[in-house]
Amino acid sequence: MQSLEGPSKIHVIVKYIYISTVYGNVRNASSHKKMTGSLFKNIFKIPALSISKQRGLSNVGVFAMQKRLFASSNDGQMTVREALNAALDEELTRDERVFLIGEEVAQYNGAYKVSKGLLDKFGPKRIIDTPITESGFTGLAIGAALSGLRPICEFMTFNFSMQAIDQVVNSAAKVHYMAGGLVPCPIVFRGPNGSAAGVAAQHSQDYAAWYGAIPGLKVVSPWDSEDAKGLLKSAIRDPNPVVVLENELQYGISFPMSEEAMSPDFLLPIGKAKIIREGKDATVVSYSRTINFCIEAAEKLQADEGISVEIINLRSIRPLDTNTIVNSVKKTNHLISVESGFPHFGVGSEICALAMETEAFDYLDAPVERVTSADVPTPYAQNIEYMSFPNAEVIVKVVKRSLYRKKK
Amino acid sequence: MLLPVSRVVTRGSVRRGGSLFRSFASASTSDSVNYTLPNTSFKTYECDPPSLEIEVKKNDALEMYKNMVLIRRMETTADNLYKMKMIRGFCHLCTGQEAVGVGMEAAITREDAIITAYRCHGYTLLRGGTVHQILAELMGRSTGISKGKGGSMHMFAKNFYGGNGIVPVGAGIAFTQKYLGVNNATFIMYGDGAANQGQVFEAFNMAKLWELPAIFVCENNLYGMGTSAARSSANTQYYTRGQYIPGIQVNGMDVLAVKHSCAWAKEWTSSGKGPLVMEMVTYRYGGHSMSDPGTTYRTREEIQHMRSTNDPITGLRLRILEFGFATETDLKNYEKEARTIVDEAVAKAQKDPLPDESEIWTDIYFKGTEPDVIRGREREEIGVLH
Repeated sequence: MQSLEGPSKIHVIVKYIYISTVYGNVRNASSHKKMTGSLFKNIFKIPALSISKQRGLSNVGVFAMQKRLFASSNDGQMTVREALNAALDEELTRDERVFLIGEEVAQYNGAYKVSKGLLDKFGPKRIIDTPITESGFTGLAIGAALSGLRPICEFMTFNFSMQAIDQVVNSAAKVHYMAGGLVPCPIVFRGPNGSAAGVAAQHSQDYAAWYGAIPGLKVVSPWDSEDAKGLLKSAIRDPNPVVVLENELQYGISFPMSEEAMSPDFLLPIGKAKIIREGKDATVVSYSRTINFCIEAAEKLQADEGISVEIINLRSIRPLDTNTIVNSVKKTNHLISVESGFPHFGVGSEICALAMETEAFDYLDAPVERVTSADVPTPYAQNIEYMSFPNAEVIVKVVKRSLYRKKK
Repeated sequence: MLLPVSRVVTRGSVRRGGSLFRSFASASTSDSVNYTLPNTSFKTYECDPPSLEIEVKKNDALEMYKNMVLIRRMETTADNLYKMKMIRGFCHLCTGQEAVGVGMEAAITREDAIITAYRCHGYTLLRGGTVHQILAELMGRSTGISKGKGGSMHMFAKNFYGGNGIVPVGAGIAFTQKYLGVNNATFIMYGDGAANQGQVFEAFNMAKLWELPAIFVCENNLYGMGTSAARSSANTQYYTRGQYIPGIQVNGMDVLAVKHSCAWAKEWTSSGKGPLVMEMVTYRYGGHSMSDPGTTYRTREEIQHMRSTNDPITGLRLRILEFGFATETDLKNYEKEARTIVDEAVAKAQKDPLPDESEIWTDIYFKGTEPDVIRGREREEIGVLH
């Protein structure tokens, strides 16, 4: 496996990122198996409306114009969707108690095709389509977990998990404590989360801070394919309720997979972050889709300013890997958080608090900076939607400010 | 479901079966026709069905025809614009289901309220939105009905509460009507998919308990996303699911049956009999949304069959011709007119600007009550409101 730090690898990734950003709803391209091929081709024949160009980032816009099909799984590459599918497949195979339940997970192969083929392989006893009743099937899945099974409860999107948040927060997260440790609740809640393209206020938001606030839950949020596979498998094996916050716009992106990651024994520890790019001048902490923009910003800062950025992929929102962050700050003396959640009481707020409450404080040469979504409900129109979520341009600006570099 | 006209009364004279077409040549100046709906139009639960004998007014029939044609044209255009990447995100079209909204609107007044799910473009038009406002919204323009901020799923108008999808909210609108003592009703739309949610039954209970003028309308298009009614619902007779609330099932592909039943339903609540559950049996020709081709969980033959035998526009068209309300040429002209309205709306919307960037900060709170500043993506990016 090649490391992700090399610029060429990052460029490849950035191309994918921009394709998915510009074309938005990746599931449009893949929701129907018979049409997948032709739709993909059609999509990529149409010239991109490059928002980056509109916004004056023409060098980035170049990537958006690149026509590149998503790779399928070969040569150690896997899309995030395939990695999640592999994790489900392997864990369903490993443990008879594991089952998948949610809307359209079986016959439709998943609204986003994450569970493709699983019904055929494992049958309707273990891959279960539900009515559109989140509160009901989430409660039912929790009951199954309390009584010895290992449910994977899929939310078509985490926006719909709001219908069931009482079940997750009050029924699943707290039961072990309330029972004095007598009743474990081994369940996974998973599905797409965070910013999506063109779906407005109710369907494009990040719930990391919501679930990250709850004692008793573990919360992970994968960025690449290794994260997706390793974290989901660990979540399924974990004896606690684990929330897995995926991102729809990452599903179709292909990433390298190490030989180790291809193994059915591959697990990533929950609670451990990963430094995906080493640097000495500033630490950027992020998770899920916004990592894409951090990489792009780091490349640009390196190329244009000679600024060396260290990027920490949190992987785990709760527990938060304090040590990795603190150790990085000791080296770089500058800390910036990047997320697609709202600014108030968010993951970035927590990282600021962490910097205040640990020895990282003694090493900071500048106040911690947060890059977040704007403090607004996600708008539909493309231009103001673009202003609502972090991108490389904003990250570049904030990193430079943290380092007291002059604005352009 | 659309049956031949069984018996028609015009100006007091009864005409039967086979002689209809010829007879109506002479009835072209008639302003109304008495007509018997097919006896398959309604099924009821815990109540007597409305009469099948109805009076069809020429103006109403033509208005409904125009509305259905316009909605279909608008939705077809939205479909094309989506494929041209001019509309983004989720987009739920009502092609095939036009009769439900059109018949309902024809039966009520603008003082009655409607709230619906995300398949809302047609209702928005019927409640006073314009084709231009709707298409501009879909295209994310500042001239859109929600200023480009809401998109396909979030459209609102006077006494039309969206673009929503949460049934108890509709019960709340009926609550207001009762509270204020106005003699109006709220039509609360939800799909067969949503019909199984606990909150539906919570709303039923409160509506009955407090005798709210709430008409719960399950728009049953037979599939909740990709799951058929039979695979999602232990009881697919949605009109019976209010238990203690009477119900009626309506052929939702027949706009005359829809109109008549909605007028009956409004009369029901107005006369203080409390809530009702209606089930409009209908069919969407397309997928659940643009990302769903709609053919993995049902056959192309089924869709084709519904189109060719149950289409609401064709059904009304035949009646209008039979009743002598209009000629083929008149109807063709309506279709041309609809095309012109939609084409002009598209051309206008294409030229309309995107929302001003300052719009990102507005409308989060009621004007005048906002915080002074709103934070953007980093601390120097702020919207200053005061």
